[in-house]
Amino acid sequence: MSEAQPVVKCLIWDLDNTLWRGTLIEDGDVEVDEAVRKVVVELDARGVLQAVSSRNDHDEAWARLEQLGLAEYFVLPQIGWGPKSESVRRIAERLNFATGTIAFIDDLPTERAEVAYHLPDVRCYPAEQAAALLDLPEFSPPVVTVDARRRRMMYRAGFERDREREQYRGADEEFLRSLDLVMRIGEARDEEITRVEELTLRTSQMNATGVHYSDAALRALARDEDHDVLVVSMSDRFGPHGAVGVMLIEKTPRTWHIKLLATSCRVVSFGAGAVLLRWLTDAAARARVHLVADFRRTERNRMMEVAYRFAGFADADCTCLASFPATEGTEVLHLEPVRQDPPTTMRVTAPDPQAAGREAEWA
Amino acid sequence: MTESTTRSTADSTTFEPADPTADLPVAAIEDRIGAFLEAKTKATWEREVDLFASGAVSSLFAMELVVFVESTFGIAVEGPDLALDNFRTLRSMSALVIRLRGGGDDA
Repeated sequence: MSEAQPVVKCLIWDLDNTLWRGTLIEDGDVEVDEAVRKVVVELDARGVLQAVSSRNDHDEAWARLEQLGLAEYFVLPQIGWGPKSESVRRIAERLNFATGTIAFIDDLPTERAEVAYHLPDVRCYPAEQAAALLDLPEFSPPVVTVDARRRRMMYRAGFERDREREQYRGADEEFLRSLDLVMRIGEARDEEITRVEELTLRTSQMNATGVHYSDAALRALARDEDHDVLVVSMSDRFGPHGAVGVMLIEKTPRTWHIKLLATSCRVVSFGAGAVLLRWLTDAAARARVHLVADFRRTERNRMMEVAYRFAGFADADCTCLASFPATEGTEVLHLEPVRQDPPTTMRVTAPDPQAAGREAEWA
Repeated sequence: MTESTTRSTADSTTFEPADPTADLPVAAIEDRIGAFLEAKTKATWEREVDLFASGAVSSLFAMELVVFVESTFGIAVEGPDLALDNFRTLRSMSALVIRLRGGGDDA
C-alpha cells in the first residue's frame, strides 16, 4: 500500500546561509533573496506554519528578522546553541503536531543528519531547494481555506492563551471560565465544507475512525435528508478558533449513527470533544434515539476512545445494533442516552430540533 | 553476578516483587493519583469528590489520567474497564488499580 506523503504543517528554517545569504555574526547585514521571501509569504498564505531553528544570539537574529520584515511570519523561534533536533522536537510538541508533518531546511548536511537521526519522520531539505519548495506536492495543500490563511494568527493567539494559562494561579477550570469560550454547532454551509474536509485530513489524535471523507462526499451527505454534517466552531476573548470540529451523523428512526467525529488538536485542552459528545447525548435523549459510534483504532487516536468511553459509550448488545453490519477493523460503540446539563466552562449554541433547527443556546 | 542479573530480568517481566508499587495500600495509591491531579488542575481533590461533575474535563486530561494510572501502576485499562465510573473519584481509581493488579481475585 503506497501512502501519499502527508502535507507539511510546519516548515522550520535555519537562518544563516539558508533563509538569508551569509552569516549574521560574521557578515552583519545579511539579506534575503527575493525568491526565498516569496516562498515564506506564499507558504504562509497556504496555511503552512513556519518556525526558526538557528545557532545565533536570539536577540540579534530576531532583530534582523524584524528589520527584514519577516519576523511576523514565524512562530516559536528557537534561536540558541543547542542541538537542532531538540528545537525541532520542541516546536512539534508545542504545536502538537506529529513529526511526520514537520519539515526542516538547513544548508549544513551535518545539521540535517542530526535532525534526521533523532527524528527520522521529519523531512529535511537542503538550502538550495528553498526557492523550489512551492512546487513540491507536500507544500501544496489541496485546498486553501479561510482558516488556513489565518492559521498563523490563530496559533499566535493560542500561545498567548497558553501563557496566561500557565501563569494563572487558580484552578484550571476557573481559567477556562475566564476565557468566555463559545462553541457554535451548526449545519455545514457550503464554504465550510472544505474546512471540514481539511480537518479530517489534519486531525489524527481526535479522529474516531481515521476515515477521510472527500469534499464531494461531504457535500453530497450534507444534502442527504438522512445525514447531518455539523461543523463546530469556537471563539474566546482572544479571538476566533475557526472551525474546530466536524460530526457526520446518519439519522434513523431508532438511532443516530456517528460516522465521523473529529476535533482539532488546538481545542482539545478546552474539552471541546467531551462537550460535543455531551451535547449530542442530550440531543439524542430528547429525540429518544440511541447513539451508535464507529471507532477504528489507529496509532494516534486513543484519546478519542477515552472520550467515547468516558461519555458512556460501551460495547453493547442492543437490538438497535442489528441494522449495523460490522465493518472489518471497526468497533461499534453504543449509548442509551440520558439528558445532560450544559458544561460550566463554555456557552454552546446549536440547532434546536424543537424549533425547526433554529439556533438556540443549550441551557 | 550473572545469576542476580537473570533474576532481576525475570522479576521485571512478572511485575512482582520487583515492582516498587506492587504492595501499595489504598491510601498510597490515592495519594499518588491525588498528587498528579493537583499538579494538573491546580486544585486539591478529596477522595470521594467527582472529578467530572462540572463537565469541564477535557478528553486530553482524561487520556493523561488514564495513561498516568496505567504507567504508574503497571496496568492496562481496556474495553469495559475504560469507563468514567472507574475514574470518577480517587476512591474508584484505587479500586480499579487494586482489582486489575490483583489478577481477578474477586472472581
